[in-house]
Amino acid sequence: MTAVDAVAGVVHDARAHPGGAPPPRVSGALPVLGHLLQLRRQPIELLQRGHAECGELAELRLARLPLVMLYGEEAQEAFFRAPEEQLDQAAAYPFMKPIFGEGVVFDAPPERRKEALRNQSLRDKQMRGHAEVIAHETERMVERLPKQGEIDLLEFFAELTIYTSSACLIGKPFREELTPEFASVYHDLELGTDAIAYVNPYLPIPSFRTRDRARRRLVELVTEIMDARKRSAQAKGDLLDILMRVHHEDGRPRFSADEITGMFISMMFAGHHTTSGTAAWTLIELLRHADHRARVVGELDQLYADGSEVSYHALREIPHLENAIKETLRLHPPLIVLMRKVLYDFHYKGWTVAAGKLVGTSPAVSNRLPECFQDPDRFDPTRYGEGREEDRLHPFGWIPFGAGRHRCVGAAFAMIQLKAIFSVLLERFEFELAQPAAAYRNDHSKMVVQLAQPCRVRYRRRPGKAAA
Amino acid sequence: MRIRVDLDLCQGHGTCAEEAPEVFAVDERESKVIVRDECPAESLRAKVKSAVRFCPTRALSLVEE
Repeated sequence: MTAVDAVAGVVHDARAHPGGAPPPRVSGALPVLGHLLQLRRQPIELLQRGHAECGELAELRLARLPLVMLYGEEAQEAFFRAPEEQLDQAAAYPFMKPIFGEGVVFDAPPERRKEALRNQSLRDKQMRGHAEVIAHETERMVERLPKQGEIDLLEFFAELTIYTSSACLIGKPFREELTPEFASVYHDLELGTDAIAYVNPYLPIPSFRTRDRARRRLVELVTEIMDARKRSAQAKGDLLDILMRVHHEDGRPRFSADEITGMFISMMFAGHHTTSGTAAWTLIELLRHADHRARVVGELDQLYADGSEVSYHALREIPHLENAIKETLRLHPPLIVLMRKVLYDFHYKGWTVAAGKLVGTSPAVSNRLPECFQDPDRFDPTRYGEGREEDRLHPFGWIPFGAGRHRCVGAAFAMIQLKAIFSVLLERFEFELAQPAAAYRNDHSKMVVQLAQPCRVRYRRRPGKAAA
Repeated sequence: MRIRVDLDLCQGHGTCAEEAPEVFAVDERESKVIVRDECPAESLRAKVKSAVRFCPTRALSLVEE
């Protein structure tokens, strides 16, 4: 079926529907900004209030733009199964365009975006190599550490995941050309995801200025790397090499440093702050729950007692660790709201969400629905064990990775990455909270959620577990 | 046993084709699974079960007949 047929069919369907009631509105919208300020201050409370006040559908307003939240497994399933031609992802995230730059990913039409997996790096076959790289990068990070001390979880994992994602997705030579500065500048870019972008993503506010400065600096860093490669003329064989070798017919390079930087930013974006935050929260939750920590460490000690490779086990089941990661993802989903722009009217039961509005689901709300999860606020990795499997029982309720046709294509990669990271960390070190257990929290002032600093933990090398 | 595929969910990761190449392949153009044999032989049950279990998008299920 061609795109034209699909659209034709769709128009027909839309006409056949008599149209339903508009969704109920959530209270407390301000005259111009709507719920925007609450979204920047206490987003989870706002999203929960929408559900409590209105039920399955609740209309919020981001400045002038209505956002209709869908709650509960049934409504969420309708959201996740809707075709791309009806619910468009790119148009829903205006704060991403200045980060990626012109012509990159979210500027591309949906058919092109589907090609993400054809970039073979996320295919199953590549995972063994990735697991090796991740274990190696984690080793390198901890080699720098003294025998004991403190680390800042945000800085540690943000830097580590820059190395792992650049090495796995772009190539090892490029990763070797990066410095810690790249990680810290990349972080500034993530801080540029202020929801004020729904008013205008180019307003002269500090976080947008920092964002634009960070992007320019990344382009400079990539330009330096490209210049050095042009001078040496030695083939590196990674994605940067390939992109540099593409030329127009008249001999000019096809891609500028700016465009290449944009592509790299976008390739790394989805897997960076998400994995970094999940690693940090997994460690925090394991330190808050000594019983589960003991179970996970015991499991890893047993697996690696024979000296087997991290890259071997990261691809296989490590049940207690996996369940702890899943439970962390449920309680601390890195993306708290997923949005789409409605391209033609979206009907659900007796309601209609008109074209032009946004629709959304909230992993932060859904992952704690009492109808899906027993004792939903409790950290309980055993809910994924045999006989319970609450995630499998509620595939449209347990949604840290989204669901349906848009389910995170990097989910399997993320799990392998986290298993490899913790195989190294928990085998080499003992950790301890350096702050009161309840003092660790997220900073929700930007659309990209980050751990709020300070977020420190103490570590000590485990006796008899010297670095390999 | 019969294999059921939810093509809305499949993203063509190819895990199933790694677990049970006798039964699954990936359509590279469409990034979707191809089921070579909807009702595979009983001898392939363990492999097919792994494919269902490890599918990263949970697009596969087994129906007993």
